[in-house]
Amino acid sequence: MKPALIPTLTQTVLVLMLAPLLTGVIKNWKAKLQNRRGPPVWQPYVDLLKFLRKDMVVSEHASWLFSATPCVLFLSVLIVGLMVPMLSEQPPLKWFGGALAVIGLLALGRFFLALAGLDPASAFGGMGSSREMTISAIAEPAMMLSVFTVAITAGSTNLGQIVHTVAGQSTAFLNPSHLLAFAALFIVLLAETGRVPVDNPATHLELTMIHEAMVLEYSGRYLALIEWSASMKQLVLMTLIVNIFFPTGIAADWSAASAGRALLFFVGKLLLLSGAVVLVETTNAKLRLFRVPDLLSAAFILAALALLSTFLFK
Amino acid sequence: MLLLTLTLWGYVIGALAGLLCWQREKLANLLSFGSASLAALCGVYASVVFLLGGAASFSIRWDFLESAVPYLKFSVRLDPLSAFFLLIVSSLGLALSIYSFGYARGFYGRTKVGVLGAFYNALLLATTFVFIADNAFFFLVSWELMAMTAYFLVSFEHEQPEARHAGVLYFIMSHIGTGCIILGFLLLFQASGGYGFTGFHALGEKMSAGRRNAAFLLFLAGFGVKAGIVPLHIWLPAAHPVAPSNVSALLSGVIIKSGIYGLTRVYFDFLGTPPLWWGATVLVVGSVSALLGVLYALMDHDLKRLLAYHSIENIGIILMGLGAALMFQHANHPLLGAMALIAGLYHTINHALFKGLLFLGAGAVQHAAHTRNMEELGGLIKRMPRTAFFFLIGAVAISALPPLNGFVSEWLTYQSLLQGFGTTGSLTRLIFPISGALLALTGALAAACFVKAFGITFLAQPRSVQAERAHEASPTMLAGMGLLAVTCIFLGLFPNQFLPLFDPLTDQLLGAQISRQLAAPGGIVLSSLGQEAGTVSTLGITLTAVCLLPIPLALWIFFGRDAVRQTGMTWACGQKTLTPQMQYTATGFSKPLRIIFKALFRPHRAVQAEFEFSPYFARTIRFESHIEETFEARIYRPLQRFILRTSRRMRALQAGSLQAYLIYIFVTLLLLLILTL
Repeated sequence: MKPALIPTLTQTVLVLMLAPLLTGVIKNWKAKLQNRRGPPVWQPYVDLLKFLRKDMVVSEHASWLFSATPCVLFLSVLIVGLMVPMLSEQPPLKWFGGALAVIGLLALGRFFLALAGLDPASAFGGMGSSREMTISAIAEPAMMLSVFTVAITAGSTNLGQIVHTVAGQSTAFLNPSHLLAFAALFIVLLAETGRVPVDNPATHLELTMIHEAMVLEYSGRYLALIEWSASMKQLVLMTLIVNIFFPTGIAADWSAASAGRALLFFVGKLLLLSGAVVLVETTNAKLRLFRVPDLLSAAFILAALALLSTFLFK
Repeated sequence: MLLLTLTLWGYVIGALAGLLCWQREKLANLLSFGSASLAALCGVYASVVFLLGGAASFSIRWDFLESAVPYLKFSVRLDPLSAFFLLIVSSLGLALSIYSFGYARGFYGRTKVGVLGAFYNALLLATTFVFIADNAFFFLVSWELMAMTAYFLVSFEHEQPEARHAGVLYFIMSHIGTGCIILGFLLLFQASGGYGFTGFHALGEKMSAGRRNAAFLLFLAGFGVKAGIVPLHIWLPAAHPVAPSNVSALLSGVIIKSGIYGLTRVYFDFLGTPPLWWGATVLVVGSVSALLGVLYALMDHDLKRLLAYHSIENIGIILMGLGAALMFQHANHPLLGAMALIAGLYHTINHALFKGLLFLGAGAVQHAAHTRNMEELGGLIKRMPRTAFFFLIGAVAISALPPLNGFVSEWLTYQSLLQGFGTTGSLTRLIFPISGALLALTGALAAACFVKAFGITFLAQPRSVQAERAHEASPTMLAGMGLLAVTCIFLGLFPNQFLPLFDPLTDQLLGAQISRQLAAPGGIVLSSLGQEAGTVSTLGITLTAVCLLPIPLALWIFFGRDAVRQTGMTWACGQKTLTPQMQYTATGFSKPLRIIFKALFRPHRAVQAEFEFSPYFARTIRFESHIEETFEARIYRPLQRFILRTSRRMRALQAGSLQAYLIYIFVTLLLLLILTL
């Protein structure tokens, strides 16, 4: 039950290197859609390098927790990245945790980040932490219920097993429960990655910000890790969605040929989903904070309907 | 069982020593808590040895006192279920007693440390008896002894009206519960003809459906009061915070678990194969308690009351496991039933450990800063770094975050709920995923609550002078907390090493041993009965994290070797200084949730501002905000009014005239005569 070396290394590199690119692509496309030229797609890499090299200022009120959080966050998200089927149905850490561990580890990272938001004694950080924990709390039932729906169909919380089951059914994408669960998880994705209409990743120092408010006091190499983690989290959640609901092209094992083919499919699917995210971000306005629960309860209801329809259409 | 006898005698000696030496505080402290530590250590050893004996371990039963009353037998029995709860009370008792050496010093010169030690030992003794009593009568005697000593400890600091009020509320609620339990045992007595627990085994099969259901409901209410299920919980957030912190930890960690012990004993041992609605009821009650418990915890800014509300939440999570187990027992799935039962009981011991740890941490904070109000705390991570670290471990564990023990037991609960979906074809199976979603909501809210509890209490700037002057807790207090933190980590990282202890227990109650199925080959992976159904490995995750740690470190060293780390001011929008008043408060932190759930909380706020030229530059502001205590206002106060009104009317009957009383007696006699004719 030990993770194999080559797949683990491949996927670690993939998660680390693909994440900033995805963020760059979404930023670029969003700008294009808004008739701006936009930053080049590799801008996030340059930013990360810049942050890593920069001097940093740490608040006098901050404790060791503030310094430990970037590492905890980075590692927890990276481990989640190794639990998600990316190129192959068999993720490297498949024995170490499935859907529940993924949700748990993401929550661990969020927990520490929220604490770090409170640590420097700034009102902005507290505001961000408070909002982040609130929104994640009301997003959690929808996420869990959608996960339950797919897990019940597959008879397993093991993500590889879920993907395998869905890949085995050629008409899975027509299954209403599948579509409803996809819709619910898509809304949760927007909330969890801090996208419009829940949060605006492009805003700084406005009273509407959530994620950016929490990390406001970070700079230098700490900020690099946090930004990188945010990108990785986005990549991981998007991977989860595309591979669970559209497992087309995913490899059954880790042989070089099938993994290469799977990589092409994987990138294609990610780009499609990013397109969807960009469209939603551009065509919607940010919701008022207290309208967000409505959106998320809609996601919850979609997930509940998804569950009901597994029951009805069997 | 020499060890068990030693445990019991240890508590007796501790109690006596405390009373005898009450004039010499140091000696009383040393003797009573020392004796309790040794007794608890024996208890831990006895229960572990017993449970490790495996399924072959027989129950041991003996009468330790002859009694003149026909039905009352002072008989104790150690069977796997008792041994498991003995393990809980002893392991927490050990850590608490060590902590108490340092903690009780805070009472020197103020109150009688010896009396505290005596009651503390008596409570441990009574609780141990509750778990090992083999006779309903003796069980009730110990139960009352436990309730009474707990009452004395709740009102230990009786100079404060808050403590007296809480004590009385606890006393009343506890006795309502005891009444229900007595009625329930009377129903069992009718069917069995004796009070022995051995005679009660699988008695439900012989009872009529109506009586069985009545017994189910009576025990649910009776033990539910003790466990603190909603809506019978109102005494819990009042009573637990006012007791001395070592006692609060004992109350929240162990005493409320006696309710769980009672429910498990009665439902799984006595009442036979349950109908479907029993399990469903327990599951629903559990889900509701969990959710409401955490929601009220979020709104509370008294550190210890917040923890008390979390006890309600965790009792709910435990009941979810037990309820699912009852439903699987109905569906005749002993393996799944065993997994759900293990999930519930694993959470029981986990909760005892991390809640004990958190209460001890809160006690240390109160000890150092002389307040429990979070709005006056802050910045303690620099003043009491070790306490803060231990509290953080407890907070991560209780928020069910990997890799600590709360995550493991909630993972088992989720897995049982998930697999429960396939056990029945009827619509009732929808209850499993829905309660799973509620559990997810509960878990996420608990994480939010502990971000608040830890963040506001320990991080940022101190909000008051007391908090600024706080000092680290004494070494024995830290040792007590450290012991609990280590056990939390152990139960989190090595569930496979701990699970075999459940084998005799599930074998006794459900006839299934599943620790082998739960431990996947390889030693570190936990599987949900089958490897295909889901696996997790907290140790694996931790080891992976250690292996991946070089990545961020290498990045920092490679790219950031020339970068300088400076310490500077937190950005304050250009203001010159950042005052503690500018920080987020606990009230502010929980405000979004207060607004989202306003249908439940019915928040009320009043702002009065005095200003000279513009309302934006107020001279003084008075802000008041509170939420409605729904259960008190909607259920208990109308009930209280009703009782008072009725008793006022009844008072007319008691006019104090002897003649009238004679007439009552005469009429009653006449009526009785007519009835018997």
